[in-house]
Amino acid sequence: MSSLPSLDYLDRLEAEAIHILREVAGQFERPALLFSGGKDSIVLVHLALKAFRPGRFPFPLVHVDTGHNFPEVLEFRDRLAAELGEKLVVRSVEDTIHRQRLRDATGKFPSRNQLQTYTLLEVIEEFSFDACIGGARRDEEKARAKERIFSIRDEFGQWDPKRQRPELWNIYNGRIQPGENVRVFPISNWTELDVWRYIQREAITLPPIYFGHSRTCVVLPSGQLLGLSEHLHLDADDEIVERQVRFRTVGDATCTAAVESSAATIDDIIADLLLAKVSERGATRLDDNISEAGMEDRKRNGYF
Amino acid sequence: MDLLRFITCGSVDDGKSTLIGRLLYDSDSVSLDVLAALENRPAVHGGVDLALLTDGLRAEREQGITIDVAHKYFTTPRRKFIITDAPGHVQYTRNMVTGASNADLAIVLVDARQGVIEQTRRHTLIAALLGIRHFVLAVNKMDLVDNDQATFERIVADYATVTGKLRVPEAVAIPLSALRGDNVVRRAPAALSWYAGPSLLEHLENVDVAVDASADEPRFQVQYVIRPQTEALPDYRGYAGRVQSGVYRRGDRVRVLPSGRETEIEALEINQQDVEAAVAPQAVIIRLRDDVDVSRGDAIIVADSKTTAARAFEATLCWMSEQPLLPGQKFLLQHHSALVKASVSALLSKTSVETLTRSAAESAQLNDIVRVRLKTAAPLVADPYRQNRATGSFILLDEQTGATLAAGMVEATE
Repeated sequence: MSSLPSLDYLDRLEAEAIHILREVAGQFERPALLFSGGKDSIVLVHLALKAFRPGRFPFPLVHVDTGHNFPEVLEFRDRLAAELGEKLVVRSVEDTIHRQRLRDATGKFPSRNQLQTYTLLEVIEEFSFDACIGGARRDEEKARAKERIFSIRDEFGQWDPKRQRPELWNIYNGRIQPGENVRVFPISNWTELDVWRYIQREAITLPPIYFGHSRTCVVLPSGQLLGLSEHLHLDADDEIVERQVRFRTVGDATCTAAVESSAATIDDIIADLLLAKVSERGATRLDDNISEAGMEDRKRNGYF
Repeated sequence: MDLLRFITCGSVDDGKSTLIGRLLYDSDSVSLDVLAALENRPAVHGGVDLALLTDGLRAEREQGITIDVAHKYFTTPRRKFIITDAPGHVQYTRNMVTGASNADLAIVLVDARQGVIEQTRRHTLIAALLGIRHFVLAVNKMDLVDNDQATFERIVADYATVTGKLRVPEAVAIPLSALRGDNVVRRAPAALSWYAGPSLLEHLENVDVAVDASADEPRFQVQYVIRPQTEALPDYRGYAGRVQSGVYRRGDRVRVLPSGRETEIEALEINQQDVEAAVAPQAVIIRLRDDVDVSRGDAIIVADSKTTAARAFEATLCWMSEQPLLPGQKFLLQHHSALVKASVSALLSKTSVETLTRSAAESAQLNDIVRVRLKTAAPLVADPYRQNRATGSFILLDEQTGATLAAGMVEATE
């Protein structure tokens, strides 16, 4: 009689996520996996391989391109989709702005984070997606801490925290009415550290911007560093520096700050993280710091 | 390193949010920017208000209460912890049921000045009903009763009558002060010198919640059928799902239910590798020797199991809807990956959360706990919840809106 496998906490988190992905495949007719090229969505793709190979993914990868993305990430996205032989749908915020005559983000550091929601809702409508899988985690932010794994949204994509369904055991209720859709978060229960430890254990490849590299940056009044890009509108007296940096999250280049680090390997990053005293979103997201309810408001308006 | 999921229950003023805040704060799990956001907001008692670490939504901050189940995470060198913070007030009891359904352990919080109250009984009943076996009675605000040992012991004795009635296998009582941090992460030998036990965190790090999977009956339910239909794999059919309980091995004789067809496990795959054995809760693909008809929701059980698929059940429901439950009503019943029509043919009794006794019932209202008889349109492989938390659980859905109306636990199959 063979010995039984003993499961550690990463095995359990992985099993939970695979179970959730397969529930999406079993319950929905037209699901999609929202792929940003960031580490969390790369982990989702890795989990989807474990859930569905040797079969094909029962969903396309969908990327909402803000036009402010890091070029290294877009390259990585295209290469990964090609290697996997899975379908990739890219829709651009730029097009949505023209089509819906929206006002583009303005200011010194124009963030299209809010505008992404319009494109997301457009692509959901275009393909009649009934479920969108995302890499959001509950540890990221306090409105997310209250999010369900299957989160029901109305036809405007809105989240109503008081209308959420109780989520019992690991029974996921994805039953919806026409026009509604579901956002699904398989790695809800993972923390930033769990994600990195999993990436390490599984030897998952990431875009190079996650590792320490030399980059020309603008120093913000808060002391945070923002990578120089053509989308920023700088003033003559802005301080420009060359630093060893890496990114902890990958969002819009205009609102995702870099952290000073020479971490060259995942081991280094984990060591950094164990010492880090500032949360992932706090360190890097300019958009959440605007108000205490920043994320809650965006989620109510259809953001994931 | 392993994983412990626990729920914290207590009423609004027991200091539950402060306790969680203290656990996170003293175990160095709070980052500086989050603390800075807290320090920008006035604390009621001076200093940093740790309760604000768990209050996420605007309405909660405005009203100073917790509305919805929140999840918090922290890791020590010994364990990863998932905290489910369930609100204490009566109208949100359904959230407590939700939280308890996924927890291994419950921390029941009482205010040392008030002792065991109706909420304490309600929360313990719900947690016990949902199969939690490990309880911690956290007697908070000990500093406000002068850290008095006799007060603590009186509360412990009161609580023993509650846990005794509910046949709770393990309840550990810890005197503490969340506000001062006594016995939460660090022991408090000065304030509570008469107490020789562990701090709350020490207990959480050491409590043994492991279950011996090989002792459970093997259960597996198909979530999704994998059919690549490629040139390389024209005939491959893999049944993807989670081992719900027990152990499956390559070569096991198995029976597919409800069809009853018998065959053998030809291969067990995890991450495209063949494995000899798979254990709950691993996600696997099962391939069968013979070409039998299997679809989502079907169960694959070992052939020598006496279990059959049933269409009539006695079950306990936690009713979660504003609309009352009446006998004869029809629903959709979701038993993990199986979705079938069902009706409640009779209400048998209602359990009082105050007295923990049962009485006759004609209907069920929001937050009621009732025993019912159920019929399903198609047979299900379900076990009594006491024996199997995975296959003994289900939910009832509104056929039209899809809303979740009740949490259900199988008592017996007929």
